[in-house]
Amino acid sequence: MTDAKRNKPVLLTMRDIRIDGRSDEQWSPIIKGVDLTLNKGEVLGLIGESGAGKSTLGLAAMGFTRDGCRISGGTIDFDGIDLMKADEATKRALRGKRIAYVAQSAAASFNPAHKLIDQYSEAPVQHGVMSRSEAEHDAVELYRRMQLPNPDEIGFRYPHQVSGGQLQRAMTAMAMACRPDLIIFDEPTTALDVTTQIEVLSAIRDIVAQFDTAAIYITHDLAVVAQMADKIKVLLRGDEVEEADTRTMLSSPKEDYTKTLWAVRSHARPTQPPVEKGTVPVVSVKAVTAGYGSVDILKNINFDIHKRRTVAVVGESGSGKSTAARVITGLLPPRQGQVLFDGVPLPPNYRQRNREQLRQAQMIYQMADTALNPKLRLRELIGRPAQMYLGLHGKALTERTRDLLHLIELEPDKFIDRLPSELSGGQKQRVGIARALAAEPKFIICDEVTSALDQLVAEGILKLLDRLQSEFDLAYMFITHDLATVRAIADEVVVMQQGRVVEQGPKDEMFEPPHDPYTELLLSSVPEMDPDWLTKLLEERAAKAG
Amino acid sequence: MATLVTLLWIAVAIAAALGAGWLFRAGAVAVTRGPLARALRGAPLTAAFGMLVILLYILVAIFAPVIAPFAEREVVGSQFLPWEAPYYLGTDNLGRDMFSRLVYGARNTVGIAFATTALAFAIGSVLGLLAATVGGWLDQVLSRVVDILMAIPSLIFSLLLLTIFGTSIVTLILVIATIDATRVFRLARSVAQNIVVMDYIEAAKLRGEGLWRLITREILPNAMAPLVAEFGLRFCFVFLMISALSFLGVGVQPPTADWGSMVRENATLITFGDVTPLLPAGAIALLTVAVNFVVDWMLHRASGLKE
Amino acid sequence: MSVVWTMIAKRLGLGLLTLFVISIIIFGATELLPGDLATSILGQSATPETVAAIRKELGLDLPAHTRYLNWLVAALQGDFGTSLANKRPIADLIGTRLGNTLFLALYAAAIAVPLSLMLGILAALYRNTVFDRAANALALTSISFPEFFVAYILIFVLAQSGLFPSIARMDASTSFGEALYRTFLPALTLTLVVTAHMMRMTRAAIINLLASPYIEMARLKGMNPMRVILKHALPNALAPIITVVALNLAYLITGVVVVEVVFVYPGLGQLMVDSVAKRDIPVVQAVALIFAAAYVLLNLTADVLSTLSNPRLIHRK
Repeated sequence: MTDAKRNKPVLLTMRDIRIDGRSDEQWSPIIKGVDLTLNKGEVLGLIGESGAGKSTLGLAAMGFTRDGCRISGGTIDFDGIDLMKADEATKRALRGKRIAYVAQSAAASFNPAHKLIDQYSEAPVQHGVMSRSEAEHDAVELYRRMQLPNPDEIGFRYPHQVSGGQLQRAMTAMAMACRPDLIIFDEPTTALDVTTQIEVLSAIRDIVAQFDTAAIYITHDLAVVAQMADKIKVLLRGDEVEEADTRTMLSSPKEDYTKTLWAVRSHARPTQPPVEKGTVPVVSVKAVTAGYGSVDILKNINFDIHKRRTVAVVGESGSGKSTAARVITGLLPPRQGQVLFDGVPLPPNYRQRNREQLRQAQMIYQMADTALNPKLRLRELIGRPAQMYLGLHGKALTERTRDLLHLIELEPDKFIDRLPSELSGGQKQRVGIARALAAEPKFIICDEVTSALDQLVAEGILKLLDRLQSEFDLAYMFITHDLATVRAIADEVVVMQQGRVVEQGPKDEMFEPPHDPYTELLLSSVPEMDPDWLTKLLEERAAKAG
Repeated sequence: MATLVTLLWIAVAIAAALGAGWLFRAGAVAVTRGPLARALRGAPLTAAFGMLVILLYILVAIFAPVIAPFAEREVVGSQFLPWEAPYYLGTDNLGRDMFSRLVYGARNTVGIAFATTALAFAIGSVLGLLAATVGGWLDQVLSRVVDILMAIPSLIFSLLLLTIFGTSIVTLILVIATIDATRVFRLARSVAQNIVVMDYIEAAKLRGEGLWRLITREILPNAMAPLVAEFGLRFCFVFLMISALSFLGVGVQPPTADWGSMVRENATLITFGDVTPLLPAGAIALLTVAVNFVVDWMLHRASGLKE
Repeated sequence: MSVVWTMIAKRLGLGLLTLFVISIIIFGATELLPGDLATSILGQSATPETVAAIRKELGLDLPAHTRYLNWLVAALQGDFGTSLANKRPIADLIGTRLGNTLFLALYAAAIAVPLSLMLGILAALYRNTVFDRAANALALTSISFPEFFVAYILIFVLAQSGLFPSIARMDASTSFGEALYRTFLPALTLTLVVTAHMMRMTRAAIINLLASPYIEMARLKGMNPMRVILKHALPNALAPIITVVALNLAYLITGVVVVEVVFVYPGLGQLMVDSVAKRDIPVVQAVALIFAAAYVLLNLTADVLSTLSNPRLIHRK
């Protein structure tokens, strides 16, 4: 934070804010007495894991709570206006005009029935800031500043006709329409791919600086907040952990929780010796072309996965990495090519595979919530594969289930008769792992297994997978869009873009230049903890382009 | 003045109903325990009242011969006698005891409706789950057939079929059950389709589970809540439909005591300012209200738990 | 735009196909008669000669598909054959009754649609308030009432005192105003039953919509509640509301049968019930075909309209 900003007048003061949420017919606290002060033109990063109450606190800065929530205590003072005492009309006059909001999903937050420019003009016209034609002119100007393609024309499209990254920028422009004093950004880039994220981040940062707008930037991503914020506040389950200016916070966090957050990305798998020449890979994908209808999603894909090795398949949404998994499991028979298991071709359709073939290849899913039958207890969820494939019954089956629970570090006596709904997110994912292990497979596909989890929990899952791999000689195919996860777990990397493998090789080579241009773009787009990272990156790219 | 008195009576009736609901809920919470008691404690008074009414109807249906002072078809006096002992609710158009027939009506009308709903459910949900799970041509064929059958309004369709097959109780049950099975099929299929796309179903398929286990262990337990609520709703529809048909004279045939027919047989009294024909109609209305109140609460709970 | 027209054309084609199949079902159902139409008309005691004569008269000696085609072609020209009960042309029987039934249904719809949409939107706006709970309980109660119960209560309350007639007589000389007065009770009965359904569905559709992120966005832009509803919710609510209205108008078609019988109203429903009792099969077939066609057309219109109100379909990428 610069001293200039520190000395600016105070814009927003929240004192001892308490917010309750209604669940099961009773109120329970979501925010438990948080203070917050924001100066004019200052950007505060609000960071925490899911359930920390970041969005709730951000919305409270507008005097707003979602249905089923209420502010039960504290004071909110916005530029001399007491938002706790203000009536609805006063608050409405502020919202959109002096305090604006940018939502996580622009695609869902734009009204599908109206053109972008109509939605842009609504706040300025309704709040009496400018006329309709002025607003339209202004919109084009801001679209240009947000580096949107065809700024003159894009506003006349409907939301579903514009891509996600562009919509997110159009929404930031819309928030700027009345030149507010404060904007709440609620995870504006979380739903975007890394390469798109860069564009949105830089556009947001520039425009906030240009208009000297204060902002509360909510995110769970430390590296992102490091680029955007002057100061950072860390929340944990509705309580403030600590607050400091960005550089201080990154270099010397005070609290243990913050330190663990910072330390998360330390896990890295040691380099494995190269696979001996002539070894038959466990799984071999040979010249596979596959797709739905007449569209090819995968175009001539080749890669091998060896025993005790992890191959990370990396790519952005739509690159075809999940489709590759569907081909291997037999859910999507390929149009051309085949999948070999221990050198023997697998039948393309899973229905034609025998039990042994099904047993050897298991899968762990991204969303443990949808991957575990909510009505079955862990005893059956984990025990069923052992019963089916290994013919275990009665006592032997219970014993095996308990062993598996031990393996995933869950106390058997406590957990064996629980339902998935009685588990935390990380525990559910562990059950997913146990279910895969129960079949005693040689090969496991891990489909984005950590991306729905908080960083600390994800770290635990990666360590567990690593340990199990050496214990049971497993081969992993690790599908992910997150390069930090790749660093942590992979031996080899396959980079995919639009259904093709653009680069593949050992991890160490992949993270060293020279790269394929797309890999380069992907690698360089991953935010780093350095607060100057975005500035440097943009300068480098500009220099290259120039 | 008369309107005021009517309004007063309505207010008293509502207050009494809610009071009865409150008492029933207090009693039910006291005798149950665990999650059931917790659920009951959160039940709104309307739902508690509904459960009480349903329970009473079941008791009356079971103990009809004990409760009714006269036999179902026995002519006990002259026609349309006033409300005086021993005929507490008077006699009907043939001189049968109105109260006894109302009591037996609980058994006949509710019994037939329940049997029909159960049959419709057995057919509709089995086919619906099967269509969603197996997919492909089976789903296509079944869905198209159901689309066509549903494109004919159900009362009209049943009138047509009853004309052709005649109006015995068995035909009545079969015809209504077939027509209603199409609605159940629709719901069961769409519920199951939302479940079939879940990863745990994919996992079960990749594990090599058979169709039977897929449906009974993986899909059905997750489809139970909406299906149970639908059973309540379907029951109301079937019950109202059968009553309407009986009222029109093509449903349950005399001399069987049935509430719909009883309204029809005694309808002339209305024009003389006698409320007696409203009693069987009210009996129908009260049960459907009760079931709807309970279903509404169950649906509310199910949607609340999802969030 | 062309994509939309193809969709609509497909939907229309499907609707016609549905109607065609329904006509086969309605015609074919009589083929399932235990025994045969002729014996069911004449009874078991008929002599073989009279049976043969009536078979010839009805064309029962022809193969089924020929009879179906003859029936369909004639029906399309408005000729539904003759009634078995009174030997009059069915088209004459249906003529004025169809008009009467449409009059009653439209009368009820004219009150019910605006009323229930308004109540539904209000209940959604003030959801979980006393108003909403009371409206909800009331609607649930009136959905649960059989139509004849509602009808008799109305007769008991409103016709007893002589305010409105309990029997809705209609003839050629009845003026429009007089017709409105005489059919007030049947129309009110239908309105009460349909309004409850429609109100609940409208409320559910709107509440579903109000949970959308773009509604929250509109509120966070400081728009007043009225504008949020009219400008942001309503354009997106069109499709669900159209569906709700169509569903309930279709429900009216069924409801009208019972109500006509209670009020002795000379409409199609009454004709159908009478004919069912007399097992006058050609009349039942004709009326069933008309009801089914109306039902299919209503659903078809709703589908087309909601397609046209969907911005994602109208403005393609």
